[in-house]
Amino acid sequence: MNPLLPTVILMLVIFALTMLVALYSTFAERKVAAFLQDRLGPNRAGPGGILQPLADGIKMIMKEELIPVMSNRFLFVLGPGIAMICALMAGVVIPWGPDVQIGGQTYYLQLADPDFGILYVFAVVSIGVYGIMIGGWASNNKFSLMGALRASSQVISYELSMGLAIIALVMMTGSLSMRDIVMQQQGFNWNIWYQPLGFLIFLVTAFAETNRTPFDLPECETELIGGFHTEYSSMKLGFYLFAEYINMFISSAVMAALYFGGYNYPGMESVNAAVGPVWGALIGFAVYFLKIVLFIFFFMWVRWTVPRFRYDQLMKLGWKGLLPLSLLNIFLTAALLLWLRK
Amino acid sequence: MASPSMYLMTARAKVLDRPRLSWAEKLYLPAVIRGLTITIRHLFRKKATIQYPEQKRPVPVSYRGLHVLKRDENGAERCTACGLCALACPAEAITMEAAERRPGEEHLYREEKYAIKYEINMLRCIFCGFCEDACPKEAIFLEPTFAPAGFDRNDFIYGKDRLLEGFKREEIVPPLTT
Repeated sequence: MNPLLPTVILMLVIFALTMLVALYSTFAERKVAAFLQDRLGPNRAGPGGILQPLADGIKMIMKEELIPVMSNRFLFVLGPGIAMICALMAGVVIPWGPDVQIGGQTYYLQLADPDFGILYVFAVVSIGVYGIMIGGWASNNKFSLMGALRASSQVISYELSMGLAIIALVMMTGSLSMRDIVMQQQGFNWNIWYQPLGFLIFLVTAFAETNRTPFDLPECETELIGGFHTEYSSMKLGFYLFAEYINMFISSAVMAALYFGGYNYPGMESVNAAVGPVWGALIGFAVYFLKIVLFIFFFMWVRWTVPRFRYDQLMKLGWKGLLPLSLLNIFLTAALLLWLRK
Repeated sequence: MASPSMYLMTARAKVLDRPRLSWAEKLYLPAVIRGLTITIRHLFRKKATIQYPEQKRPVPVSYRGLHVLKRDENGAERCTACGLCALACPAEAITMEAAERRPGEEHLYREEKYAIKYEINMLRCIFCGFCEDACPKEAIFLEPTFAPAGFDRNDFIYGKDRLLEGFKREEIVPPLTT
């Protein structure tokens, strides 16, 4: 058997899974929005509206494709592509489940495990904002440019606090590899118990990074029409919206892996001993997936609760609130580590 | 009270005394959590949606829906094509053509003049019920039926076939050719 085959299969599975989750996130978003507003939401396409994402997709593809005359055509097409590719690339380093042993061979449910795993996620996610910036600039439209500008300044302001929150975490784990971090959180030994403040900062900045309400200023309809995607139509718009949902999925996965133990759950060893390694791995994956889904629900829940921040409030919160707080978190973590080691 | 009003542009302006946010309020999180508990309770609440084609909202008997051209107790049409409904109509949705009753049609038309063509454009109609009020013969009424949706504008011009109470196709008599 070709040694690359399991990796290729896993890659296709993860790709399909990411797409499926993003597809149904759009449906779940509409359903959650409706239920939180005492409505029923889309329920006509298929039983319970289950085919709604397909109908939406067909509609998107059938729409007329417009490229503004005065736009930069190449960059205009490139923008959504970058947003989509970067969103998909981040899933590579996430450990989706525990190792599986079949016939004396060990398979990792992770496509790659570089030593710099977390940094890779950060790098890819922050390249993703180039998609928004390039698309917004190439549209040659004031509103798009404003949206792109807001996106970039928001990412700069919030990525700093996010990185500092991660530094505090890395000080405890002593590793940047996602695999190591998840494996350290055996059973119920999750990082959230040691880094509650760090998690809070990470959570808030994750909302800003994924451009979700209350930090969805780049696409603020009331001020900027559609923000950076004002000029986009058809599937190029679909790519931007889709990339947002994939980002939401990935950041949920990262949060669940870094702070909520990934695939670990209390009593994992005894379950594994009872059902065998393959089923144990699958249950681990299911637990991880459940955590991700809960985070995605939380993203949606917050979106339909909290109103959008004003631009100056956003900057104030980022620089005057979260940045000192994350520095304080690093200081506290370092002090506690030194004190406990003595 | 005197000093701030000096700078106001109008006498009706009201000066609000809004205190600055306290330190705890600036944390946002307590307020966000309070909001989240409110919205999560709505998740389980009974939904207000009425699933229209299957379910219908109950309406009062006096509800002004689609029009009906009434007949009298002998089954003859009450409308005499006087045109008062069309005159009263603020949306100019009603058009009609009058014809004279021929001998032997007494069981069909109550009086010697009747409307051979009577059309209401349901897209123009605002369902105000003025036609009802204007009619001296109690021939037209708005009844609690919803106007349906459609894809063709021409389908919304309702003729006698869809307005007349208990309409039967064989009752249509070709108009007199002159």
